[in-house]
Amino acid sequence: METSTLVWLLPLPPLLAFFLIIFLTNRSKGLSHTLGILSVLLSFIGSMIIVVKGLQAGHLGEEPFTSVINWFPTGDTWFQIGVWVDPLTIVTLFFVAWTVLMIFIYSVGYQNYGQPAGDHDAPGLPPHGAMVEDEKGHKHRVPSIEPMYSRFFAFIALFAFGMYVLVVSNNLLTLFVGWEIMGLCSYLLIGFWYAKPSARAAAIKAFLTTRVGDVIMLLGLAYLYTLAGSLSYDVIFSEETLHLLTSTGTPILGLSAAALIGIFLFIGTIGKSAQWPLHVWLPDAMEGPTPVSAMIHAATMVSAGVYLVIRVFPIISAGMSHGEPTITMNLMAFIGAFTGLFAATIAVTQNDIKRVLAYSTISQLGYMIAAIGIGAYVAAAFHLFTHAFFKALLFLGSGSVIHGVEHGVMHTDEHVDPQDMFNMGGLRKKMPITFWTFLIGGLALSGFPLLTAGFWSKDEILADAFAHSNWPVFIVLALAALLTAFYTMRQITLTFLGEPRTKAAEHAVESKWTMTLPLVGLAVFAVAAGWIGITNDFPIIGGLVPNWMHDFVGETLAEHPAVVRFSWIPLITSLVVALGGLGLGWYVYRDVPAGEADPLEKPLGPVYKLLKNKYYFDELYDFLFVRPAYWISETFTYLWLDRRIIDGFLHFVARITFSVGGIFRNYIDKPIVNGFGDFVGESVKRLGRSSRFIQTGRVQQYMIMALIIAFGTLFYYLFFLSQP
Amino acid sequence: MISLSYFLVFAAALFCIGLYGVLARKNAIAILMGIELMLNAVVINLIAFWRFRTPEMIAGQAFAVIVFAVAAAEVAVGLALFIAVYRRRNTIAADEIDLLKW
Repeated sequence: METSTLVWLLPLPPLLAFFLIIFLTNRSKGLSHTLGILSVLLSFIGSMIIVVKGLQAGHLGEEPFTSVINWFPTGDTWFQIGVWVDPLTIVTLFFVAWTVLMIFIYSVGYQNYGQPAGDHDAPGLPPHGAMVEDEKGHKHRVPSIEPMYSRFFAFIALFAFGMYVLVVSNNLLTLFVGWEIMGLCSYLLIGFWYAKPSARAAAIKAFLTTRVGDVIMLLGLAYLYTLAGSLSYDVIFSEETLHLLTSTGTPILGLSAAALIGIFLFIGTIGKSAQWPLHVWLPDAMEGPTPVSAMIHAATMVSAGVYLVIRVFPIISAGMSHGEPTITMNLMAFIGAFTGLFAATIAVTQNDIKRVLAYSTISQLGYMIAAIGIGAYVAAAFHLFTHAFFKALLFLGSGSVIHGVEHGVMHTDEHVDPQDMFNMGGLRKKMPITFWTFLIGGLALSGFPLLTAGFWSKDEILADAFAHSNWPVFIVLALAALLTAFYTMRQITLTFLGEPRTKAAEHAVESKWTMTLPLVGLAVFAVAAGWIGITNDFPIIGGLVPNWMHDFVGETLAEHPAVVRFSWIPLITSLVVALGGLGLGWYVYRDVPAGEADPLEKPLGPVYKLLKNKYYFDELYDFLFVRPAYWISETFTYLWLDRRIIDGFLHFVARITFSVGGIFRNYIDKPIVNGFGDFVGESVKRLGRSSRFIQTGRVQQYMIMALIIAFGTLFYYLFFLSQP
Repeated sequence: MISLSYFLVFAAALFCIGLYGVLARKNAIAILMGIELMLNAVVINLIAFWRFRTPEMIAGQAFAVIVFAVAAAEVAVGLALFIAVYRRRNTIAADEIDLLKW
């Protein structure tokens, strides 16, 4: 089979699975998850074949696997869509295929397949657990299966379809289609337990917030299309188009078209990748079924935003001369670095195990955006690649933790929040596999030196910032890295180390193999994924493994980026912040007794409160946007515009019509039309009444009358007509 | 020599007598008899005009014969009607047979 044909087929199995589950196998839970897993397994195998072929093909950057078909006519020409596999696609495809497959396997265990149906479970609510009786007559409460099990698999299959479409498409329009399909799935999965008001609110919030970015992104696409006449990568990234874009001016702030389009597309990324100021939706998205949708939202889907800016890097960097960053890049560096630090500070004070990871995701995505902003194309792609693995690992691990603690909650009937880290502790003995894999993920996230993937990718971003002498970005990112290590260790210490702080944590159990297997699979990559991008001139181990990431992904750009020279300062910085943060985190939280508040609460005081409340951004947006929107809809639109002006006008017209009708009725219809009709009828009646007396029924009278008339007629003829 | 006008006067007188009978008598059979008299007056007229005006043609006589035939049929139908009325209403007085009114 042609490689490009295979690429075409990649997204299809999950879509097929979606429709099959929805229309046919909805009733059968086992069949539904088998279909779902089979479909992504097919896509996975296809992806791996393409990855291998892509690696074997030399100069994939110059000659990507591509094929196009005509989609719809636009005037004389056709709008073409197609597939496109270049080194960036290969890298993205690799981690997408892996993480998606892992999500599917993990979901089987997480949604309690094989457990009895709950006694009080209803669709739209998380399962409450079921009572079972063992052979000795003891009653136990055990986890119960998710009531909408099949629906869940249908949704994540559709999600996988969207992601594959986004990754393999050769133009920005089908990329946008995949982007929006994922937006829809995100909405559906966040609101999966729709009977919970908080889940509903979170779903609407996520949908509306990302919509702000999407609309502006669509504007950017439209503008790009009007200028370039195409959205295909080979056209819009060509020399002529880029030259056209940079030389065209726009009326907005004197920006060039390239800058304006770049900013518009970047705003789409701000929404999708939850960058400040549109970051508010992602932490709330944790309302969905715990790890899986969290992982979709945090590890896979939000990567799409970063993928977009990496993909359109030629446009973003168009007009860059002598290493001077463009306006778009400066904006991205600012937003990315700011978000990186900003979200990291919030993550320090969160107690919900998933929320910490959500803010951590925002922070790490900020890293990547900042990397693009300083022109570190390869470093951004590299961090995107490694981050997907270890963040997926962490989210699945947190789900496993929650699952274990939930089991303890059911066992002990203790009413504690199974997601609050202060209710955990000491889980390393109860859940060894989860502990070790979570530890690996956590160390990778904090950039534990040499071993983990996160170290290499993060170090490369810092080195890039240093090499470009971008001091603000370098310092902010280093600070953020320190905080990242700190809150990661805080999380690990609170969750796994020390002694159990609640009875539920004491009775936690390790999750089933369907959940731990994906953890192990991802943990391998959380370590190994970094080795493909070690700088060649790194002391001692540099050059042992070729810097494949740079050579391969760098090929995607027409102008291959230069390798950053090794320098000790960023290396030492990243060593210090990673180890320092980890040590500090362990030291502060090493033994928090049960029922005790966060040790940071007292020394930090009001700052802690500010961080705990996420800088009051939710409240600020509520004041700035939500309440004005309510006011406009209720008071302005409904009461004034609708009730007073529009209704008033309608009522006025109605009253006029009514009175005109009354005039017609009273002065034309009733007297003239009705009067004439009545007159005819009445006259005939009167005539009949007045002449009916001659109708006696006696034959002789009739004859006399006939005689009289005959005589009358005779006389008439004789005396009037026969006159000469 | 008896001229045409004698016949016409006689026929007119006979017609008037018949007419009077039709209009004045109550008994339906008498009315029928009045009608017979009027028919006969007409026949006399026909014969008289034939004899004095066109004796060479046979139309007048033929007409008279047809009138007799019609009169006989009419009497038969009329009498049958009166019998039917008598059976139903037990009278044949013309002024009591007045159903055909408002």
